[in-house]
Amino acid sequence: MDKTNAIISVRNLVKNYARFEAVKGISFEVYENEIFGLLGPNGAGKTTTLEIIETLREKTSGEILVDGFSVDNDANEIKRIIGVQLQAAGYYPNLNLVELMELFAGLYGVDIKPMEMLEKVNLQDKAKAKYKALSGGQKQRFSIATTLLNSPKIIFLDEPTTGLDPQARRNLWELITDIRNNGTTVVITTHYMDEAEQLCDRVAFVEHGEIIALDTPDNLIDQLLGRGFERTKEVKKANLEDVFINLTGKEWREG
Amino acid sequence: MNKRYNHTKATLALAKASFRSITRSPSAVVFTLAFPLIFILVFGFLGGGGIKVDLAVAPGSDLQNPVIRTLEQTAVIKLITDKDAAEIQQRLEKGTIAGVIDVHKNTAAKPAYLANITYTSASIDKGNILKSVLNNLMYTLNAKDLKPSVAEFRESTVHGRTYRTIDFILPGQLGFSLLSTGVFGTAFVFFSLRQTLVIKRFFATPVRRSSIILGEGLARIGFALLGAVFIILIGHFFFHFTLIHSFVTVLNMLILSTIGLIVFMGFGFVVSGIARSESTIPPISNIITLPQFLLSGTFFSIENFPSWLQPISRALPLTYLNDAMRQVAFEGAGLWDVRQQVLIMVIWGIGIYALAVKVFKWE
Repeated sequence: MDKTNAIISVRNLVKNYARFEAVKGISFEVYENEIFGLLGPNGAGKTTTLEIIETLREKTSGEILVDGFSVDNDANEIKRIIGVQLQAAGYYPNLNLVELMELFAGLYGVDIKPMEMLEKVNLQDKAKAKYKALSGGQKQRFSIATTLLNSPKIIFLDEPTTGLDPQARRNLWELITDIRNNGTTVVITTHYMDEAEQLCDRVAFVEHGEIIALDTPDNLIDQLLGRGFERTKEVKKANLEDVFINLTGKEWREG
Repeated sequence: MNKRYNHTKATLALAKASFRSITRSPSAVVFTLAFPLIFILVFGFLGGGGIKVDLAVAPGSDLQNPVIRTLEQTAVIKLITDKDAAEIQQRLEKGTIAGVIDVHKNTAAKPAYLANITYTSASIDKGNILKSVLNNLMYTLNAKDLKPSVAEFRESTVHGRTYRTIDFILPGQLGFSLLSTGVFGTAFVFFSLRQTLVIKRFFATPVRRSSIILGEGLARIGFALLGAVFIILIGHFFFHFTLIHSFVTVLNMLILSTIGLIVFMGFGFVVSGIARSESTIPPISNIITLPQFLLSGTFFSIENFPSWLQPISRALPLTYLNDAMRQVAFEGAGLWDVRQQVLIMVIWGIGIYALAVKVFKWE
C-alpha cells in the first residue's frame, strides 16, 4: 500500500461543548485506499471527530484537510467527494428503496440507476420495500449504498455492524472490503476488536478525546506482546464465534 | 464530478420525494381531503331546501280536504301523519314539531271545514313561521272566488343567483383544510425529519438548507392545491357550488389557497421548532387551528357572533382567507378586489416567518 499519500489529515483537532472537552487536540492521517479504524469506548469522541471531518459539525480549533480541501472553506467540495453513513440515521418516511435512491441521486446531483446501486449491496429483491421493513443487516447495507451514489473517494461508516448477527457482520465486512478494493478509502468506527483486526489496515485508539495509539493491528499486538503481556487463558485455535458460524452456516440470510 | 452542482435538481428531487410521502401518509389525506369532504357532503345535503317546519296531523283528522291538500303542496311545511296523540304531545313539549293541526268537516253549513291548530311555546320561531304560512293559506283558500275590494298583491321575485349553503360552507372548509395541512403537516414532517436524523443525512450531501425548505413547501402546496381542486370540483358538480367566472374563479381561488397555505406553513415551522416531543405537536397545533376553525367563519358567518367576539375573529388570518374566497367564488371578485384581505394575510405571514426564523431548529 502507498503509505505516503494522505487523503485526510487532521491536525490538533479540538472540540469543546458547553462544559465538556469532547476532543482534545488530536492529529492523524488517513492514507488513500486504506480501511482506517477509529476505535474506543462510547463517548470517547469517535463520532464527534468523524462528524467534524464530514463537515456536519463545527470544530473549536485545529486544521483538517480532506483530499486537499479544507473543512473551513470548502465544505461543499468535501461533501461531493465523500459518502457518509450516520449512526442510527433514518430515511425519508413512506418511500421505498428505489425512491430513496432517486432522492439521494438528486441531492448529490448525479445520474444513477437505482437498481444498479441496490445490486451493489445485494438488495435488488427489496427494491419496493420500505426502509423500515428491512432487517438490521439490510438497513446497514442500504445505508452503505446511499454513501456510494456519488462515487466518493472516501466513505465514513459509523458503527455499521452494531447490533448485527455474526453472519450479517461477515457479509458487511465483505462488502466493505470490496468497496475498498474498488479504490475507495474507508473510515470506520467500531466497538468490535475482532472486526477491526480483520478489516482495518490501520487503527487509532481514541480515549477521552485523545488518540492513545495508532498503528496497524499487527504492530499494536506485537508491541503489547513485546511489553510482556500474556493472556491469562491459553487461546485455542478457534473461538466460540467460529463455532457459531460453523454450526449455523456461513451464508448470510435474509431476516 | 466536475459538473456544477444543480440546486434546482436537488430541490425538485426533494419535492418529488416529499410529495410521494405525503400521498402515502394517511393523516395528510384525511386532513386535506376526507374532513372537508365529509363536512361538504353533510352540509351539501342539508342545505338547499331552506327552512322546514314540521307540522303534525292529529290522529282522526280528516285528510281528504283542501286544507291538508294545500299544506302538502307547501314547500315550507312538512306534514307528519304517522304519530299517535301521546307522541305528538311529547314532541310538542320538546319543540321538535312546531304545531298540530286537526281538520274536521263542519256540522254547520259554512265554512265547510274547521281546523284546530295547537302551537307550542317550545318552538316559538318556527311557530311564528307556521302561523304566517297558515294565515296566508287560509286567506288564499277562502278568497279564491273573490275579487279583493281594497288591494291586490302582485308578487314577483327577482331572479338572482341562489346563495346555497354550499357557497358558504365550501370556502370555509377549503380554508380550514389548508390551515390544518399547513400547520399539522409542516410541523410533523420537520419535527420527525429532525428527530430521525434524516435532515442530518441530507446535510452530508451538498444540498442547501433553502432547497430542503423549498422542496418540502412545493410538495405540500402541490398536494394541497390538488386537494383544493378536487374539493371545488366535487362542490361544483354535485352541489352546485357557484363559480362565477368558472375557470378564472378556480384559478383565483388556487392563488388565494397558495398564499394562505404559505402563511399557515409558517405556523407549522414555529410548532416544529417549539415542540419538545412528537406528542406535544397536536396540542400546540390545535391551539392554533381550533380557534380559527370556530371563529373564522368556517361554519357560521362571524356577523352572527356576539360583538365582543368579533374583534377576535377579525384578527385571525383564516377569517380573511375565507372572506376572500367567498367574494371570489360567489361574488366574482378579482384578486385586486380582495387586496385588503390578502394584505392582512401577508402581514400575518411576515410576522409568523419572523418568529419561525427565530425558533426553527435544524438539529
